[in-house]
Amino acid sequence: MNLLEIKNLKMDFGKGADALRAVDDVSFTIGAGETVCLVGESGCGKTVTALSIARLVPTPPANYVGGEILLNGQDTLKMSARELQQIRGGVVSYVFQDPGASLNPVFRIGNQIKESLKLHKPEKANDAEVIRLLKLVGIPAPESRIKNYPFEMSGGMQQRVMIAMALASEPKLLVADEPTTALDVTIQAQILDLLSELKQRLGMAILLITHNLGIVGDMADRVAVMYAGQIVELSPARELLRRPLHPYTRALMNSVPKLRGDADRLSAIPGNVPRIGNFPPGCRFAPRCPMAKPECSEKIPDLAGVEAGRWVRCPFWK
Amino acid sequence: METAAPISIAEPKLALSPWQLFRQRLWRRKIAMLGGGILIFLYLVALFAGFVAPYGYNHLDTDNSFHQPIWPRLSGFHLVVPRYESAPGDFVYREVPNDTRPLHVFIRGDQYKLFGLIPSSIHLFGTGDQNYPVLPFGGDQFGRDIFSRLLYGSQISLSIGVIGILLSFTFGMIIGGISGYFSGATDTVIMRLCELIMSIPALYLIISLRATFPPGMSSSQIYAMIVIILSCIGWAGMARVIRGMTLSLREQQFILAARALGQSHLKIIVRHILPNTLSYVIVAATLSVPYYILGEVVLSFLGVGIQEPQASWGNMLTAAEDVQYLQNYPWLLAPSAAIFVTVLAFNFLGDGLRDAADTKSL
Repeated sequence: MNLLEIKNLKMDFGKGADALRAVDDVSFTIGAGETVCLVGESGCGKTVTALSIARLVPTPPANYVGGEILLNGQDTLKMSARELQQIRGGVVSYVFQDPGASLNPVFRIGNQIKESLKLHKPEKANDAEVIRLLKLVGIPAPESRIKNYPFEMSGGMQQRVMIAMALASEPKLLVADEPTTALDVTIQAQILDLLSELKQRLGMAILLITHNLGIVGDMADRVAVMYAGQIVELSPARELLRRPLHPYTRALMNSVPKLRGDADRLSAIPGNVPRIGNFPPGCRFAPRCPMAKPECSEKIPDLAGVEAGRWVRCPFWK
Repeated sequence: METAAPISIAEPKLALSPWQLFRQRLWRRKIAMLGGGILIFLYLVALFAGFVAPYGYNHLDTDNSFHQPIWPRLSGFHLVVPRYESAPGDFVYREVPNDTRPLHVFIRGDQYKLFGLIPSSIHLFGTGDQNYPVLPFGGDQFGRDIFSRLLYGSQISLSIGVIGILLSFTFGMIIGGISGYFSGATDTVIMRLCELIMSIPALYLIISLRATFPPGMSSSQIYAMIVIILSCIGWAGMARVIRGMTLSLREQQFILAARALGQSHLKIIVRHILPNTLSYVIVAATLSVPYYILGEVVLSFLGVGIQEPQASWGNMLTAAEDVQYLQNYPWLLAPSAAIFVTVLAFNFLGDGLRDAADTKSL
């Protein structure tokens, strides 16, 4: 059994005629100890999909219209508020993009980590455990650091504290939503190294949201590429990077600047991601697709298995 | 060979914590420090009122009705208190020459209970002789020492502000936090209720509420009633501001992070949202204490508050209602000076706290 199994998840913002489909028929799985990357441009539904796992998107305005999110075999969409509180932090923990904004500015970091322990491991809510966690995430002199306020730390340190908080309850799944976007490149590398090391040591699965394909190559076992609320390609990371199948994935890879080569301009995908509620008929990428055919605009293509472990939402992938 | 010049190592300059910065900025505001100093003094005196006051609050001596202030004066190396005499039925007192008694410290006098617990009869100063009273602020219509009554009154007038603020701000913060955090229908209901309460003229509400209570209430019951009534009206304004702050705070990422950790709604409000409003709340609380002090004064002045013979600044002023009294015995206004100083001190301190808590100021 997979740790996480999302099946045909459909989520709207708003109700009735005004409903805007933000997540449309998304399905993917994460096995225990596996790292899955969710890739795509801004506004394509990555974050709401990830937040939906612990049902953190407020309802309303969000409205789940279909599908299941099976975490350890239990559907989080059917859980009571009390069960959800157990799941949040207990089975699935989150690390967000901007560590400076994710920590409460008026509490010492030691107390914030302790709060996480109190919720899920009350018997271990003591300074010794907090120091052990801070050591685990590589914070030097943790004994004195527990008395620090968040603003007394650098961004990288803050993100380590966030990771320590997320790990306090020893979750099965860590959702990292662009954990390095707010950090500079060297710190980014350190944080990613830390995540892979912790994953090895603690055997947890990671769902990593990013739009940096370089990170995908370093971290991911499998990759789900999202576009306009749909998954367009699902594939083992290595194969995807070596040979992307969907035109959107190819376009994304072409947009990565290359060190060698003599191009004057960066190549970019023409046009913008269609606005939610204003999706084109048929294939949503068709208007920007270099290989679009007239029939592309007629029917939404299915996510079809094409090779072992690879699915593509484009009939013309060959 | 030249030796390298010794490198002087400067003491590492540590960055100041926000608390240190706050204290530094507050220290620089002398008027605020003055206000704070006055308040510390007043509250200390109120705490030890029984000891500092030369007489009990109900020490009647009709020989001294409307007596002018009597201050000890220096004679040789002693402080002495002169004796005054008046014609019977007349309130004009004349000093009797060469008839004085020395002023003593730690002298036995009226019984009182320190902090309401420890019985004692030792007073800070006095003559120990009925016929040689010390009346620093004069006597009232029953010949009671206004100074002593002022001190006993300060116990009520000063504590009512603090307790009132504690009650109304606790309610205001929790209700405002709930309103802002849950928004939607909860918010609408709570905010309309706040507006309803704020639209009622407070004074009339208090007076009509007072009318619903039985007349023969003890002073402590009346005290509790005043605090509760004032807090019932006072929380609404606080709740509205806290609700506004909560609306912006709840969109912060650390609230999402707390939810992602499985924190309950109530805990998020109490542990994460409200502490972030504290810098505002502390300043607002300091600036709102005078509202409660004045509220008690108005109620007692109108006769629906603290009842005689208990002293409060408000009911002491009732004696000063009469213009004739005011003309002839202006020392009856001493409580109003005390109110003036207290309210001003709170406002000075509150302004200073606000400036010091404002990180954009120097």
